[in-house]
Amino acid sequence: MRNLDPAINKTRQKGGVSTTGEKTMNDQLKYYSRMVTKGLMTRRDFIGRAAALGVTAVAANSMLATASRAAGPQKGGTIRIGLQGGATTDSLDPATAANQVPLMVGRMWGEPLVELTDDGGIEGKVAESFEGSDDATIWRFKIRNGITFSNGQAVTAEDAKATIERHSGEDTKSGALGLLRDIDSLSVDGDTLVIGLKTGNADLPYFMADYHLLIQPGGGKDDPTAAIGTGPYILKSVDMGVRFVAEKNPNYWGDLGNAETIEIIVINDNTARVAALQSGQVDIIDRVPPRTAGLVSRAPGVAVNTTAGPGHYVFIMHTDTAPFDNNDLRLALKYGINRQELVDKILFGYGSVGNDTPINASYPFYTALEQREYDPDKAKFHFDKSGHSGSILLRTSDNSFPGAPDAAALFQQSLAGAGIELEIKREPNDGYWSEVWNVQPFCTSYWGGRPTQDQMFSTAYLSTADWNDTRFNNEQFDQLLVQARAELDGAKRTQMYADMGMMLHDEGGLICPMFNDFIDAHGDRVDGWVEGVNGFALMNSYAPLRMWVKA
Amino acid sequence: MGPITKLLAQRISLGLLLLLLVSIVIFAGTSILPGDVAQQILGQSATPEALANLREELGVNDPPVTRYLNWLGGLLTGDLGTALTSGQSINEAIGRRLSNTLFLAICAAVIAVPLAIFLGLLAVRYQERWPDKTISATTLTTISMPEFVIGYIMMFIFGVQLRWFSPTAVGYRPDADFFTRLESIALPVMVLTLVVLAHMMRMTRAAILNVMQSAYIETAELKGMSTFSVIRKHAFPNAISPVVNVVMLNLAYLVVGVVVVEVVFVYPGMGQYLVDHVTKRDLPVVQACGIIFAAIYIGLNLVADVVSILTNPRLRHPK
Repeated sequence: MRNLDPAINKTRQKGGVSTTGEKTMNDQLKYYSRMVTKGLMTRRDFIGRAAALGVTAVAANSMLATASRAAGPQKGGTIRIGLQGGATTDSLDPATAANQVPLMVGRMWGEPLVELTDDGGIEGKVAESFEGSDDATIWRFKIRNGITFSNGQAVTAEDAKATIERHSGEDTKSGALGLLRDIDSLSVDGDTLVIGLKTGNADLPYFMADYHLLIQPGGGKDDPTAAIGTGPYILKSVDMGVRFVAEKNPNYWGDLGNAETIEIIVINDNTARVAALQSGQVDIIDRVPPRTAGLVSRAPGVAVNTTAGPGHYVFIMHTDTAPFDNNDLRLALKYGINRQELVDKILFGYGSVGNDTPINASYPFYTALEQREYDPDKAKFHFDKSGHSGSILLRTSDNSFPGAPDAAALFQQSLAGAGIELEIKREPNDGYWSEVWNVQPFCTSYWGGRPTQDQMFSTAYLSTADWNDTRFNNEQFDQLLVQARAELDGAKRTQMYADMGMMLHDEGGLICPMFNDFIDAHGDRVDGWVEGVNGFALMNSYAPLRMWVKA
Repeated sequence: MGPITKLLAQRISLGLLLLLLVSIVIFAGTSILPGDVAQQILGQSATPEALANLREELGVNDPPVTRYLNWLGGLLTGDLGTALTSGQSINEAIGRRLSNTLFLAICAAVIAVPLAIFLGLLAVRYQERWPDKTISATTLTTISMPEFVIGYIMMFIFGVQLRWFSPTAVGYRPDADFFTRLESIALPVMVLTLVVLAHMMRMTRAAILNVMQSAYIETAELKGMSTFSVIRKHAFPNAISPVVNVVMLNLAYLVVGVVVVEVVFVYPGMGQYLVDHVTKRDLPVVQACGIIFAAIYIGLNLVADVVSILTNPRLRHPK
């Protein structure tokens, strides 16, 4: 299972109220939706009557959601959530969390210093406030006054310091280690954690929002799996890879968490997860398969929610290995892929085209580059110029991204249109991430994305990065990355990131045909879904905490 | 009773020897799997430092013979070790999982075995007529479909459309009462029954038909006994041995071969547990599951052997 990545999303508008809306029709709909909220009309009736007024089911559903949100969150009850991505082998240690279920479980019992806001900013959690020095090398996080861990112990800056130490120490196995290498010094000043950096980094608060960095008493050094933190819920029962039950923490400092009990049920099988939602065994699920999402959304009592994000599916070439060390050959392959066809046939429309950089509109300092289109003539031109002859070997597997072998076959066909022969080698799922990805020179893969350009570039495109899976080595790119990191002037920073994007677009080993949407769904027993929340799927994995059981 | 005791002792010691050989095969087989546990635990987020740290901590650097002997010693004292990934005792986890799997297997067996034998007898009684043909056609159809296909069809019809049963077994939880548990496994039991029915039914039918060719059956018929009594009193007792064999084979299948059904219906049994740990290269758990499955298989076949011997006078009193 691959790691998840913090991500910024942008809502996709699907469907919408017809623009010919007359006043009378709107009034009538509003009246109906109020009736539903009061329980005087069923959801099904409402959608039926709305349809009679010429409103699509999707639009009708979203009007309903608006009406009942206006009625406000209800407290109490049990929310059951069925998730993909949990195994018997998972651990409660937040350092080793690597997929959806451990992430969601962490959200229950713990909190990082800060968290992403819905629109991609940063807000305080365990830290009440934070500030950086002018050169962004010294950061101060003031710990929230008077909050306690679920074992009753008060939270101090020492605990926060010990937590960061545990995740950044020499002998750590934390998934967050990569982010924390630039930390030079950690110290405590009263109720404030002071982090000193080797070089300035304006994005440090984003690092502190990482889901591994849950503040634990004593940093969790004594017992990393105790699941004691400052979160809105307390774990009551844990059966790894099967089920988790969490109850409301009566001493929680904030107002997050509506249900009295949240039950997380691991359902890895796609069909079983959808069936469990349709029959009401669970209220919320993640990862509805794109192939069936359209069908599921038409089922009664079920709403499908799509959220655009920075996650993308990629074909990656090692720029230091023949024949991919020739930029003309790389360009030939980039011109030889039909991006729109992949979005339509692999994502079933639940996504958007990529442009051979890992960045899309969901990033803060984004500049659109000219879109590269499928052009067999240019592909052929660059292929001939590269001097390469014979076929090119692409390795793929089912788990590199959903539908990867099909995508590879489509790529093969579109390249054939340019007279380039692509040979596809199907690799086993087993061992793909250790034997093929980041080892073989050309393969399929995916990235979940990061909340900022700096994190994405530092993780995978800096020449010295561990996960530089395209072996991209450009001195100018590396220098710009470090400069941009400490640049506090937004306009200059935007320009720098645009230049870096252009370098990847023209010279990089990345072929990025598409960005995939998150597709989640919930039943009509719960309400409170918010569209377009930044971060992970399921409202940055806060859906069960922010949604509520309808009264 | 002398010869029987000797025969039994022989069978059991052969079984144990076989188990020892299997343990070597399991250990060797799992050791040559590609990839390693540290890489799998950390996944894509593995940095070289983190990998080295984790490998050291997990103790996967010892030579294989030492690890095998340690493991075998643990097995003999009833200690299956600790899981590399979660650091928890395997005994405890497997105990819970195994009892879940056995519960599902027993429920399926309680329905499938009598039903298969009854259908087999019925097929013989109406041999080559429409009941026989219907039974054969239906059971052969269900055995020919992969389990997950039957599973999804059942889930769609009985779980989502008709809502008679819960589509997945997520209602199966430690604190649920007995009837809730039964309700939550209704669909998996149905699927398993359909999957094992044909084999047992066909074997019962074939074995009894075989006996029906014998001269003493003709004698019984000439005495004027009804067909069903002939089958019950004369044919069936002589067909027990092959029937028990196939029943045991299918019982073993119900325990060790239900991985797919467990995964499809989200049932917390051995199958899902094994699959998760294979994916993570958690060898102690994979080996423990392997040896338990092998023991169940060998044990049930041993029972089949013993029953055959006890019901067959020729084997009971060898010349």
